[in-house]
Amino acid sequence: MRYEAVIGLETHVELATKSKIFCSCGGHSAKGEPNTRVCPACAGMPGMLPVTNKRVVELAMRAGLLLNCQISRYTTFDKKSYYYPDLPCSYQITQWFHPICREGSVEVTTKDGARTIGIKQIHMEEDAGKLVHDDWTETTLVDFNRTSVPLIEIVSKPDFRTADEVMAYLEKLKTMFRFANISECEEGAMRCDVNISIRPEGSEELGVRTEIKNMSSLSSIRRAIQYETARHLDAVERGTETLVQETRRWDDVKGRTFSMRNKETAADYRYFPDPNLMPILIGDDWLRRVKDEMPASVEEKTAEYQSKGLSAKEIASLTAERVLCDLFDALISSGREPKEAASWILTECGGILRKHGQVMGELDIAPEKLSRIMEKVSGNEINRAAGRKVLEAVLYEGADPDEYCEAHDLSAQGDADAVRQVVLKVLDNTPAAVRDYLGGKKKAFQALFGGCMKELKGNGDPQVIRALLEEELAKRS
Amino acid sequence: MEILDLTAVELGERIRKREVSAAEAVEAVYDAFRERNRNLNAYAAFEIDPARTAAQAAQTLLDGGGASALAGVPVGVKDNISVKNCLTTCASRILQGYRAPFDATAVRKLRGAGAVPAGTLNMDEFAMGSTSETSCYGAVRNPWNVGHVPGGSSGGAAAAVAARECFCALGSDTGGSVRQPASYCGVTGFKPSYGRVSRYGLVAYGSSLDQIGPIARDVRDCAALMDVIAGADPFDATSRTFPDAGFLDALNGDIRGLRVGVPEECFGDGAEEDVKACVQEFLDELRRAGAELVSISLPFVRYAVPTYYILATAEASSNLSRFDGVKYGYRTEHYHTLEELYVRTRSEGFGKEVQKRILLGTFVLSSGYYDAYYNKALKMKQLIVDGFAEAFGRCDVMALPVSPTTAPKLGESLSDPLKMYLSDVFTVPANLAGLPGLSVPCGFDRNGLPVGAQLLGAVGADALVLNAGHAYQLATDWHTRKPEICRPPLGGDVAERQRGEAVENA
Repeated sequence: MRYEAVIGLETHVELATKSKIFCSCGGHSAKGEPNTRVCPACAGMPGMLPVTNKRVVELAMRAGLLLNCQISRYTTFDKKSYYYPDLPCSYQITQWFHPICREGSVEVTTKDGARTIGIKQIHMEEDAGKLVHDDWTETTLVDFNRTSVPLIEIVSKPDFRTADEVMAYLEKLKTMFRFANISECEEGAMRCDVNISIRPEGSEELGVRTEIKNMSSLSSIRRAIQYETARHLDAVERGTETLVQETRRWDDVKGRTFSMRNKETAADYRYFPDPNLMPILIGDDWLRRVKDEMPASVEEKTAEYQSKGLSAKEIASLTAERVLCDLFDALISSGREPKEAASWILTECGGILRKHGQVMGELDIAPEKLSRIMEKVSGNEINRAAGRKVLEAVLYEGADPDEYCEAHDLSAQGDADAVRQVVLKVLDNTPAAVRDYLGGKKKAFQALFGGCMKELKGNGDPQVIRALLEEELAKRS
Repeated sequence: MEILDLTAVELGERIRKREVSAAEAVEAVYDAFRERNRNLNAYAAFEIDPARTAAQAAQTLLDGGGASALAGVPVGVKDNISVKNCLTTCASRILQGYRAPFDATAVRKLRGAGAVPAGTLNMDEFAMGSTSETSCYGAVRNPWNVGHVPGGSSGGAAAAVAARECFCALGSDTGGSVRQPASYCGVTGFKPSYGRVSRYGLVAYGSSLDQIGPIARDVRDCAALMDVIAGADPFDATSRTFPDAGFLDALNGDIRGLRVGVPEECFGDGAEEDVKACVQEFLDELRRAGAELVSISLPFVRYAVPTYYILATAEASSNLSRFDGVKYGYRTEHYHTLEELYVRTRSEGFGKEVQKRILLGTFVLSSGYYDAYYNKALKMKQLIVDGFAEAFGRCDVMALPVSPTTAPKLGESLSDPLKMYLSDVFTVPANLAGLPGLSVPCGFDRNGLPVGAQLLGAVGADALVLNAGHAYQLATDWHTRKPEICRPPLGGDVAERQRGEAVENA
């Protein structure tokens, strides 16, 4: 008999907000020394009250729209009670009764073709802190930095059949969410619980289901699914063990899952509406605004850039990162030429970032500054080499392009008249070299060229210097 | 006349006229605390240094011309309202030594107006009780007879105000905790409309019911405090700004044509004869002042107590789950596992009444019981809200007793908790419906214990309720009566004698 796996996913995604979900602490969990990103509210001090970060609601709506969900017009926060030292209030604020999004779908493509995965719901919730075990002192410490960092949990229907589909789904969510500025989706910012059962192909009935909790790396998820599917098959086909509905933990080193056997699985979370947070009503205007503010998708951007004449390679590089698209679009709207803009971003900025050991996604420059540099170069105020120099100063010293050119005497360097003066000066001061060149020793040109470069402190445009030198030497022949 | 006989507003006037300094006022309260607190045990703690610092800040504000009605006036604060760097322990062992790292919004606003937070007032542990006997600091006593309770849970606040151990205070009211002790101690207490005063910094009991409210000598003092502490707060998502404002200015004492609803259910067998007689007198007085009495019916009131005890305990079980011994406050000395840490800390840290309510609340939220209890109570709450809204179509305010009885003897209530819970029947409806409720003294029973009358208004009609109470106080002098315990010679001997009588009676 042939069996198929039935897999469902609960995916927790950390939202890219400036602040936490119910207080004004910084939102990014991974940054900072332990317990430095914490305030009385997210530490659960007595008397503190949560206040909803509206941005979290909007990003959750945005995720729902991307996944073709119905957006709830009435949504509430509820308390989920359990005791654990990393949970300061001993309850987590989540959504149980009225989640913000329901009934969506997403298409995933694997080598076997495209399939549609149903989305049961998306809800908002706060993250918990972290326990740090110190083996040296045999103590356990709590770090509350991650407490109340905003999450959305995307609950899929049990529509996956293979690990490949799960991978394709997670990759797709990652790309979509990064591109729509919903989440940075970096290491640890996306965590999955995987539900697995198997059944004979064609059967409608579900087998015994196990849940593997809290995995964050894609390769672990793939291996865990493969392991767990095989374990279920062995149990069903060969009777190696009796499957029970339970929660399991994936051990990446041992390469297998273990029963967690904790009481948590049987816990009664005693969900009830949080009286401190009023129900959120999502009206037409708000929903429309969130739709209007939805950044264009990769597909839309690709089509747009094709029409602007960019190459497939340039388009792929730009659309790999939202920030690059935003920068490119800003340059275009301030009148820069598309091919040039792409080249400045990908070649010039890219080169400088690489030199400093950074990647494209980390590019952070005010578009008007880059635009100004490009303007100066295209207007021959400075040459391209000088432009690169200014760009580096802008990126790493926060310089202003005009002031920098002024202060470093760059502005004149591209100016042909100024260069001509330098060329004439060099020719006048080195008559021997001029004689040699005119006498047929073409090597002497290098000496003259070097002299000009030295005079220009290395900031001259080689082509311009070469042309002027040839022109002036011709006059003296 | 002793300075402590002044009302808060009178003291404020004297301070603005430079007849009394902010420092003198706070020292007067502190002296009263040191000399007389043992009589009533009204204070949980009195940290004089921060109070003196606050008085200095107030004086600076005054000297700079910032002169609100309460500038320089010391205000006692119930032990469950956060005062920065001061002990805020909810009269519970589990919060021993806990100092709030921030001011509650109400306290921050007091400081902003130049008022001086001075002393934390004793209470029932975590505001759970009607007698102020469940405090880890020991029971508070009633200044009119120390053999009796002062009511609760803001019993320390009411007793201190009545006994001239402070001028006025902030209490909290979840099911009557401001109004009922005010009634038992013969002072004035006001629970604002839900959302009128920010709960930020108030250690939560039942979040959908809790409100901070003033306890003072008279309505004018309550109005002056409300002027300072009311208003929407970005740190409390349930707080609101209502259209009416300027409570003190709105007190004109004119209630001609005011329709006062008299709920027939509240004058039946449930209430003691002396209480009913005093509240009847109260109604007559309102009529004499020009109000029109309207008989109304609130049939749903009989469901208020069970509804309240389901919702309040459910919310409490969740609100109090953060006290786990991990982060602050008390932690058991004997544990090996995490579970032991939790179980022992909470079993040793919480008193019996609190544990009882946590268990009750945990039960009603359990899966399988949620619909039968919590959900049903939520529906009942909505019916009560709707019922009141309808009743306020026929009247502007309602008048009823605060409590069916006067202050019971010490020890009497905790032995019969069901009776104690049922005695909340007249106060919990206002919390469930979010209504403003005022308690004003309106006489004494045959044993010389004070009786309080209650005025309720529709949501947001706080000023109207206060003005009706003010009109009554213009015509009567119950609110000026002073218990024997604070007449010279001060304290000791009267308390000793009453204590002796209490023992003999027992």
